[in-house]
Amino acid sequence: MNLDKISKNLLEKIANLHEIPDGAVSFRKNGKGEFVRSTTNIEILRKQDGSGIDIVVHSSCNHEACHIPVVVSENGIFDTVYNDFYIEDNADVVIVAGCGIHSTEEAGHNGIHTFHVGKHTNITYVENHLALGVGKNKILNPITIIKLGEDSIMTMETNQLGGVDYSERITKAYLKDNSTLNISEKILTSNFNVAKTNFKVYLKGKNCKCNIISRSVAKDESEQIFKSDLIGENECFGHVECDGIVLDDAKIDSIPKVSARNSQSSLSHEAAIGKIASEQIVKLMTLGLSKKEAEEKIIEGFLK
Amino acid sequence: MIELKNICYSVKDGEKDKVILDNISCTFSNDCVTAITGQNGSGKSTLTKIIMGIITPTSGKIFFNNIDITNMSIDERARMGLTYAFQQPITFRGITIKELIDIASNEDNSISKACEYLSKVGICAKDYINREFDKTLSGGEQKRIELALTLAKKGKCIIFDEPEAGIDLWSFERLNNIFEKNICYIVVSHQTRLLERANKVLVLEKGKVKMYGDSSKIIKNLSSYQCKRITEA
Repeated sequence: MNLDKISKNLLEKIANLHEIPDGAVSFRKNGKGEFVRSTTNIEILRKQDGSGIDIVVHSSCNHEACHIPVVVSENGIFDTVYNDFYIEDNADVVIVAGCGIHSTEEAGHNGIHTFHVGKHTNITYVENHLALGVGKNKILNPITIIKLGEDSIMTMETNQLGGVDYSERITKAYLKDNSTLNISEKILTSNFNVAKTNFKVYLKGKNCKCNIISRSVAKDESEQIFKSDLIGENECFGHVECDGIVLDDAKIDSIPKVSARNSQSSLSHEAAIGKIASEQIVKLMTLGLSKKEAEEKIIEGFLK
Repeated sequence: MIELKNICYSVKDGEKDKVILDNISCTFSNDCVTAITGQNGSGKSTLTKIIMGIITPTSGKIFFNNIDITNMSIDERARMGLTYAFQQPITFRGITIKELIDIASNEDNSISKACEYLSKVGICAKDYINREFDKTLSGGEQKRIELALTLAKKGKCIIFDEPEAGIDLWSFERLNNIFEKNICYIVVSHQTRLLERANKVLVLEKGKVKMYGDSSKIIKNLSSYQCKRITEA
């Protein structure tokens, strides 16, 4: 399949892809499913009403990758897609999702992803968001629902790489016995961007675990609101950590919450927001970087 | 060569000005190690930070190889060849030691070349090169890596703020072998053993030059009471 220049550029940035990759792939562009390829271990089925795809990862899947990028490159497109993942027992899969918008006027994407996860699975889920182009009102509102089965491990990495004018991420997870959910979130906002994230994790199973780490950088006059709630309903462990760097006239609200509903639950949170430490800037300047270069390097490291 | 002319620095202390440095004039020559010593609060670190541009003097002039650098920024001075090793190394999240070496040397070094800098300061380079320069490193490791960055910077004037703090003398004792000749070294220290290694010693007291000259002469001239005060401070 031939890709246009904008799609190539966005795919490279959100998924590190230079072309449609081998293996299981679903490529969606401007509200339409452009390309779908299944493999023996990963079946991708278009929903009959065209609203999205069902992805079935079979037990035989052994650390196979599945790419499901989305590109919005036409003005005025507001694409809503429902993707349902069915991960069978013992499957081991890497799912790379993400959306790139390039528009000169309003455009957006709402990706609603629901994971139905069996037992003894291992899932890595990466979701990158980016918007390019001069227009305003580039909107991304991802919703992720995770139903994690017994003894399963899910690692979820979300990155908002910049340029998104408005985003509202909602993540809800339900953890069964001995399951583990690790979430890592990185957000960079600038200009007048607004980014809101809201994680709600129900630790239902015995010995289940959840660890959320959020790193955010807000520049210019952008705003970020981070909310999380870990709800311990059993003997479980949960920790949320959110660190932010706030620059210029930007704002960050960080509201981590833990809710114990069982005396055996162990839940903790920490939040820190601050400017870049001046001594770090000075140190890099003594090595020859300008103040601006030093700030950029520190931010790059912080979000790495 | 660094030349200071009538450097003054004061800070606001309520309604009054508190004098930190009072009319300091002296020259730090190339191919020479000059130790700056004095009691706590005598202005040693402030003076070196003024030389590096980290602090702006209230008045006075600073010349580096006969060029007036008084109004230059820290990075402009760094690009001219001034380098500063901090008493407490500054750590970073997410920036590797290799990246810092590349920044210091202003080039994308091969792994083997970057490792050379670390090996020269006595640490097993391969164990460190891709590590982040963060607080998981011990104080001694941080100090040696700080020294390696100074080495990678290839400075013409290298300022060490209390290099012995948190490190054994391994690295410092070998400076003459590690660093190139014809460089101006300025070392802030309380330690008599470091003063003895210097060619010249500048003694500050309450922001003024108390003594300045050849180290053997200065150390000899310091009264036992003063020596005790300095070394025990």
